[in-house]
Amino acid sequence: MMYYSRLRMLSVLGVCLLGLVLCLPNVMRAPAAHLPWRQIHLGLDLRGGSYLLMQVDLQALEHDRLQSLSDQARQALLHDNLGYRDIVLDDTARRVTLYPRDVSEHDRALQTLGAIPASVPDEFAASSLPDGRLALTLSEAALQVRAREAVTQSIEIVRRRIDATGAIDPEITRQGNDRIVVQLPGISDPERIKALLGTTARMTFHLLDESATGASVAAPGVTLMPTTDGSNQTLPIRDHVEVDGADLTNAGAMIDQQNGQWAVNFTFNRVGAAAFAAVTRANVGHRFAIVLDNKVIEAPVIQTPITAGNGQITGNFTAQKATDLALLLRAGALPVPLSVIEQRSIGPSLGADSIRAGAMSLGVGFVLVIVFMALFYGRFGWYANVALLANLVLMMAILSLFEATLTLPGMAGLLLTLGMAVDANILINERIREEVARGRTALAALQAGFERATSTIVDSNATALLAHVMLFVFGTGPVRGFALTITIGIATTLFTTLLLSRLLMVRWYALTRPATLPV
Amino acid sequence: MFNRPLLRFVRPGTRIAFMRGRFAGLLTSAVLSLASIGLFFYPGLTLGLDFRGGIVVEARTQGPADFGKLRAALAQEGVTAAGLQSFGGPDDVLIRLDTPTGDGAEARTQALVDHVRHAVSAAQPGAQVLRADAVGASVSGELFRDGMLALGLSLLMILGYIWIRFEWEFAVSAVLTLVLDLTKTVGFLVLTHFEFDLVMVAAILTILGYSTNDKVVVYDRVRENLRKYRTMPLRELIDLSINETLNRTLGTSSTVFLAALPLALFGGASLSGFAWVMLFGIVVGTSSSIFIAAPLLLLMGEKRLRRDASR
Repeated sequence: MMYYSRLRMLSVLGVCLLGLVLCLPNVMRAPAAHLPWRQIHLGLDLRGGSYLLMQVDLQALEHDRLQSLSDQARQALLHDNLGYRDIVLDDTARRVTLYPRDVSEHDRALQTLGAIPASVPDEFAASSLPDGRLALTLSEAALQVRAREAVTQSIEIVRRRIDATGAIDPEITRQGNDRIVVQLPGISDPERIKALLGTTARMTFHLLDESATGASVAAPGVTLMPTTDGSNQTLPIRDHVEVDGADLTNAGAMIDQQNGQWAVNFTFNRVGAAAFAAVTRANVGHRFAIVLDNKVIEAPVIQTPITAGNGQITGNFTAQKATDLALLLRAGALPVPLSVIEQRSIGPSLGADSIRAGAMSLGVGFVLVIVFMALFYGRFGWYANVALLANLVLMMAILSLFEATLTLPGMAGLLLTLGMAVDANILINERIREEVARGRTALAALQAGFERATSTIVDSNATALLAHVMLFVFGTGPVRGFALTITIGIATTLFTTLLLSRLLMVRWYALTRPATLPV
Repeated sequence: MFNRPLLRFVRPGTRIAFMRGRFAGLLTSAVLSLASIGLFFYPGLTLGLDFRGGIVVEARTQGPADFGKLRAALAQEGVTAAGLQSFGGPDDVLIRLDTPTGDGAEARTQALVDHVRHAVSAAQPGAQVLRADAVGASVSGELFRDGMLALGLSLLMILGYIWIRFEWEFAVSAVLTLVLDLTKTVGFLVLTHFEFDLVMVAAILTILGYSTNDKVVVYDRVRENLRKYRTMPLRELIDLSINETLNRTLGTSSTVFLAALPLALFGGASLSGFAWVMLFGIVVGTSSSIFIAAPLLLLMGEKRLRRDASR
């Protein structure tokens, strides 16, 4: 207890030195390019920026799958010459149900439905219900696989879209099963990005049901869709997708040479180009609709077959709208709709104010604690202060090593840790005082002080640790930063007080051999 | 100052008979806590954006904020029922809105922020939006649930830890004291109108951690003295333990207080509420170690703890 081997002494000092070195990246540039130069990041609340929490609409995903499953069922039954009636999508039970045309075909229809190829293993099961209906039920496990894929894919698309806007250091992460967090440093007005991310951007090309123009009720296989030109007009659009926007390879905004308006040019890949050529060749003189997210952008009449595999959309665009549409088409469609459910934006001036306020509080608080320790505990108080400084350095070092994000509550956590850190020193010093008062020698008092105080120190820090681990687990955003700094602080506090400040006291004793202790 | 200490709180050998005031302490605490519970129900906590949901936009206008113009511009954008209030200087304005209800409420909450932004820049050109937050109803519900879960689980874990390290009388009286501390903090929040949000939950958890720490130190000494003085009555023994640890109790609460004080004074709007609650919690937590946790331990352990020790 009173003896520190050379090795132990060197390693304690070594850790402190290492901490100092690890802090360097925060105050200077990397001297050489290949050095690992890790530093603390500033949270959005300190540097300004936006935080968006997006919800992935998994119900829409399920509904889409049910829709395509019912299409598959229709085709499979037709292919096998089996009839059906009353085909129904049941979103809550996650199944498609239908009646076989005739009871005698029940078993064969069941077989046909069971043979529909699944896109993931065991995706759905065909069964017969007591009332004679047949059901295709999606399995929970397969839906989860799909949902996971959809979220992963969405994150990729979101990243592409945000990168295309030129945002700096965006952070896009998954949260839970069905959420995506987007953090945009430096962007304090996220309106444009919200609009970009809130658009599914699924573009498809359809033929019109020209016989039904002006009708108020659509025929089967035709949907009345609104247009984007602001009028209340709807157009009867055939459901069949002639060409899919997924087959685009490039898109760009430009000014149309003929009328001087903004337009979006696009180029198809081989599959798309072939399909586009075939449709335009067969339907010269008919109207062809470009549909984006169930709205008709335009529905021009095909003048000549387009075989080069490129085309142009002119839909009364502003420059911004044309640029954004081109961006969306290049980045690809989202597999599921996303919606913002939480947003927080902080302007740069408020962030700068917060840094100033935080740094000022940290400085003043640090000085107050140091003065207190000096006044109340003298020499040993100064040793505690050295340990306190080392504590601050080590906390910074660990935060840098993890490249952690420092938030405003995180700064508060740093400060409170400093206030709590000297508790261990106070416990030791008070204990030494008591032992001296009981008439022990200097050496015995030091020894007893360290020994007795240790278990108390461990107990009191353990309870504080429990509370903050809970906060880290259940907290979000800046509050987690607070819990993280306090948790790291508890670890560094144990090190600096149980090892470093004790080392200082022991070395002082070994060098001077005083008869009485300054307590 | 550089060798011998200049100050100390109490002289060695101080023997204050704290347990003589145990009923007064418990009664005062009970009255304050009951009053706080009353305040919790009426007028109730001011819920912050995290837990209430809705929109808060802070803007700084060039020149004094013109509320009339702002209201008109908001109405132009179709935003009604907005609460406007000034904070800080005359050119700072805070605009609040509750979450809309009905169909598509989530989407409309998020769209409202943009309308408010447009209205602010239309009403007072050059105005700067300092902060714009929108929290949908589903998120605020979850945040509230998670916050309460963190609080509840922390209390349970503290209970478990003290139970394992000490005996059940210690654990139960510590957690009871913490609950009393907690209710008083809630009362303080109601009276001061500080917004109750996630940052406040963090403050409360920090207070709980600090307060537990304080109790653990006193209990640790009680346990040690139970072994040392086998025949001393529990009441005397608890008094002795409190007195022996008094310098430490006051010392640590002072350093934490000193550390939190600058935050309260200079921490800015977002942290000063947090820091004031911390300061309140430090005072309550320190005094409850002496006046609540110790008397409770005495009441619960008078027969059992002494018998255990003498066996």
